[in-house]
Amino acid sequence: MLELRNVSYTVTDNGKKEILKNINLTIDDRFVVITGPNGSGKSTLAKIIAGIITPTSGQILLDGVDITEMSITERAKAGISFAFQQPVRFKGITVKDLINLAAGRKLNFTEACNYLSEVGLCARDYINREVNASLSGGELKRIEIAMILARGTKLSLFDEPEAGIDLWSFNSLIRVFEAMHESIKGNILIISHQERILEIADKIVLLKDGEISQIGTKDEIMPQILGTSGVCPQIKE
Amino acid sequence: MAMKLDKIQLNLLEQVADLHEVPAGAYNIRTNGTSAGRSTTANIDIVSKEDKDGIDIIIKPGTKKESIHIPVLLSESGIEEMVYNDFHIGDDADVVIVAGCGIHNGGDLASKHDGVHSFFIGKNAKVKYVEKHYGYGDGKGEKIMNPVTVIEMGENSYFEMETAQIRGVDSTNRKTIAKLADGATLIVGEKLLTHGTQQAITEFEIDLYGEKSSAHVVSRSVAQDDSYQEFISRVYGNNECNGHTECDAIVMNNAKVTAIPEIKANHTEASLIHEAAIGKIAGEQLIKLMTLGLTEKEAEEHIISGFLK
Ligand SMILES: Nc1ncnc2c1ncn2[C@@H]1O[C@H](COP(=O)(O)OP(=O)(O)O)[C@@H](O)[C@H]1O
Ligand SMILES: [Mg+2]
Repeated sequence: MLELRNVSYTVTDNGKKEILKNINLTIDDRFVVITGPNGSGKSTLAKIIAGIITPTSGQILLDGVDITEMSITERAKAGISFAFQQPVRFKGITVKDLINLAAGRKLNFTEACNYLSEVGLCARDYINREVNASLSGGELKRIEIAMILARGTKLSLFDEPEAGIDLWSFNSLIRVFEAMHESIKGNILIISHQERILEIADKIVLLKDGEISQIGTKDEIMPQILGTSGVCPQIKE
Repeated sequence: MAMKLDKIQLNLLEQVADLHEVPAGAYNIRTNGTSAGRSTTANIDIVSKEDKDGIDIIIKPGTKKESIHIPVLLSESGIEEMVYNDFHIGDDADVVIVAGCGIHNGGDLASKHDGVHSFFIGKNAKVKYVEKHYGYGDGKGEKIMNPVTVIEMGENSYFEMETAQIRGVDSTNRKTIAKLADGATLIVGEKLLTHGTQQAITEFEIDLYGEKSSAHVVSRSVAQDDSYQEFISRVYGNNECNGHTECDAIVMNNAKVTAIPEIKANHTEASLIHEAAIGKIAGEQLIKLMTLGLTEKEAEEHIISGFLK
């Protein structure tokens, strides 16, 4: 269980800007989906949870333990995983290296293959590929997800996992999340704009201008965000 | 042939040639300024030079799938030498040449190995050349290596050169000069890591004379602490040809790296590209690995070892 208490983040480099304001949120469900317009602070919130950004004020608790002062590494070891919105490329580091680092041990081919095939990649073609500019955005996104599977931690954050996975179906992505929950029984937090992903949410959080504007079950929230307010129906996939 | 190498020499041999013992095939092992062992085959002859220090390696035309090891080991402090090795590679040959220099300097005098390796490559011949530099020992004496490689490539020949110098060498000034005939292909991969107050200068001068000749040079380096690196490449396209050089450096601490590219087209059909990128390790790479549970230090080590792999 993750708790955010009064978390705020303000930057001051070019005049004061409040990026997140007083976020209070408990993540104790299978799937929590955070949605909201671009620039509303979703990625910033995920980075604060992973320890990449230090909040200006507020507290973060993981299973009741205050982790606000913990480093990225300590939080990773405490059980937080984070799939980036924009995955990172490395020269010379292979898919296998990253999956092994994520798993925390050397996996055999079958084990590594399982993680990759879950995200729709054939291990034989990818395991020894370098995670460099030769991989497409969609391939990188899937490798990013495979790393989270290999980590198998109690809290997993996915920042817009659907972006760029054109060749792979949403159904597969949703199956990955479901299988992940079945095997780990942890909490999964997904940042997404996708209706199909919102549909599996136990809880939807709508972020606007750095504030939680709505929070509730999908039945409560979905009609509002898909209906009149906000999203243009033409843009919906 | 009876040849005895001591423990230090065996370690150097392993580092520069991946060999645990005296190799199979043709070899010439030079230790502390003298030849410690030599073996030739039906197709590969090795002859000492009479006018200066060094050897001639003569590879018969058509020699296939043979290897030649010519490691140089310096385990006594204070040795300075200048060696000339000439490789005559016959037409259509296909061979692997492993050279390398290992210096153990436990004393306070400088140890220095300067070598000129000249390759005369016949038509259609294919050569893979691997060269590693390695130095260790806690004496105050410097470990210095200045290798010069001259490559004359015949028609449709192929030369692939892999060099690595990871720590250990205090000062190095490497020069590689190549001239390519019609259809010849040159591939160079260089890996370099300097630390402490080490200095490394690598210089390439490639003349593409032949029609449809091509050269591809990739240098990857890491400069740590107070070390200094300079990468100079000159590629001249004198015919319809392709030239590509790439210098990719990670700079850390107070280290400095300079990349000086020069590409010159003396022909309208010459296509030449130079790419150079110097910078610190990307913050997002460190962060990604830290989110997998690595400390910053561990993340840095993984990124560097991958980069130089
Ligand atoms: N270091 C920063 N300095 C100034 N503005 C920032 C900084 N980091 C993020 N922002 C701004 O904060 C807002 C929220 O960004 P982000 O969390 O990436 O939004 P989202 O993921 O919801 O699209 C954006 O307007 C972004 O430009
Ligand atoms: Mg975002």
